[in-house]
Amino acid sequence: MHPAASVIIFTSLSGLGFGLLAFLGLGLPNVSGWSAFAFFFIAFALSVGGLLASTFHLGNPQRALKAFSQWRTSWLSREGVVAVAALLVMGLYAALSIFLDIRITALGWLGSALSITTVYCTAMIYGQLKTVPRWNMGVTPILFLLYALAGGALLATQLRLALLLLVALTITQILTWIRGDISFATAGHSIETATGLGHLGKVRLLESPHSGENYLTREMVHIVGRKHALKLRIIATFCLGLIPIAMLAFFNLDHISALLVVILHIIGLFVARWLFFAEAEHVVGLYYDAR
Amino acid sequence: MTALPPTTAKKLGLVIDLDICVGCHACVINCKEWNTSNYGAPLSDQDAYGANPSGTFLNRIHTYEVKQDAKPAQIVHFPKSCLHCEDAPCVTVCPTGASYKRVEDGIVLVNESDCIGCGLCAWACPYGARELDAKEGVMKKCTLCVDRIYNENLPEIDREPACVRTCPANARHFGDFADPDSAVSRMSAERGGMRLMPEQGTKPVNRYLPPRPKADIQTSGDIDILAPFLEPVADTPKGLLGWLDKALEAL
Repeated sequence: MHPAASVIIFTSLSGLGFGLLAFLGLGLPNVSGWSAFAFFFIAFALSVGGLLASTFHLGNPQRALKAFSQWRTSWLSREGVVAVAALLVMGLYAALSIFLDIRITALGWLGSALSITTVYCTAMIYGQLKTVPRWNMGVTPILFLLYALAGGALLATQLRLALLLLVALTITQILTWIRGDISFATAGHSIETATGLGHLGKVRLLESPHSGENYLTREMVHIVGRKHALKLRIIATFCLGLIPIAMLAFFNLDHISALLVVILHIIGLFVARWLFFAEAEHVVGLYYDAR
Repeated sequence: MTALPPTTAKKLGLVIDLDICVGCHACVINCKEWNTSNYGAPLSDQDAYGANPSGTFLNRIHTYEVKQDAKPAQIVHFPKSCLHCEDAPCVTVCPTGASYKRVEDGIVLVNESDCIGCGLCAWACPYGARELDAKEGVMKKCTLCVDRIYNENLPEIDREPACVRTCPANARHFGDFADPDSAVSRMSAERGGMRLMPEQGTKPVNRYLPPRPKADIQTSGDIDILAPFLEPVADTPKGLLGWLDKALEAL
């Protein structure tokens, strides 16, 4: 799949933002006044910024409001509805705790639950697609939730929890890559099943429908860039997981080094999310004899 | 609402005969011509006369080579357009309700004024049947020429999809698969009409008739199998030719 900047920014930043909101809703850290303002500002900037980025790839963003209507069937619509609900509830919770120093625990818990549900819906936009076997795995929503919670815990300065979550995330990410590598073959798709010509012999594309590219090949048959996939996986593993885990486990972090851990984790997250798209093979590629 | 109807009164679709298609691309051209000038946004082209032309098409022809060991390769031209699946994944993923499957005839359509151009339906389709128009930013797909098949301004003979109407080899047929006695249902039953990528569980309505097995032609040795057909048919000419033959012989 084409790793478009808009979807990488959308899923990464909104995941972090809603992860942080989930912790703030639980009163972790228990802050008030300007300190609370700073935490909530970062959380809203990330979640709202991410959601706005997602509208950049729309062909007709002026109709985006219509996307709230189909929550009964569409994960994308559900994601929009739940995200707005989470932002409204957490906005109210934040305003009360910043300006009036009132904390309504139930409201915070509700906001937390909605924030987590948003991340789950985001993951299911991809996880539901049978056409992309690497995404169509039960582990996809778990992975997205772990990214949101680990990143959220880091941003919420819940360092002991962050350490545990980062370990879980790193292990899950590596297992997902390994399992993903065989997902296409396991799903049983081949150019023979795509064309139905397998009973006649070995099939290969002799001539493409057209001499150039088209929307389908640009969007779904992205092969360039996978060349460095292994190197990028190693870079991502170190940045998002191994180095932050080591720093959290063995050093007493001050503000500067904590910021460094956060920045490293975010770089790793972007690299891993780029791979999530770039490595995903869509079955339509079979018709073009390329995945 | 983007929920799929549990069942549709008709199941309109195409039968595509892979044994007959000659890969002339006439259906591609007529599809583009009809659909760029009728219902919905035109099918735009980008850089049409430049170095890197591309454009929106609702029907494309792939050409495959099928090879068995120790046998000559077989060429199969493979037209591909929307299969109007019974369990269409493109419909249920749509966040706005722009994509829908019609209860009356099963045609899968896009209401372009509701489409935000997110592209998720194209991701959900295993067959590459949906293309986002680069100029209009809305999703385009085969409408089964819904603006032809019910169009009483057209002569009755033209009330079928443009690709079917134009096919010079008669490789494409249009009809109702819900009716077991329709021509398309019978054709599909007789020839083992197949559904593409059945493991995706989409239950496509369109069927493909597999190429008939090739006769085992003796290709080894230097015997030209067509030679017998090239023998002169009349070796003793009659009439004027006979007289000419004799006269010239006598010279």
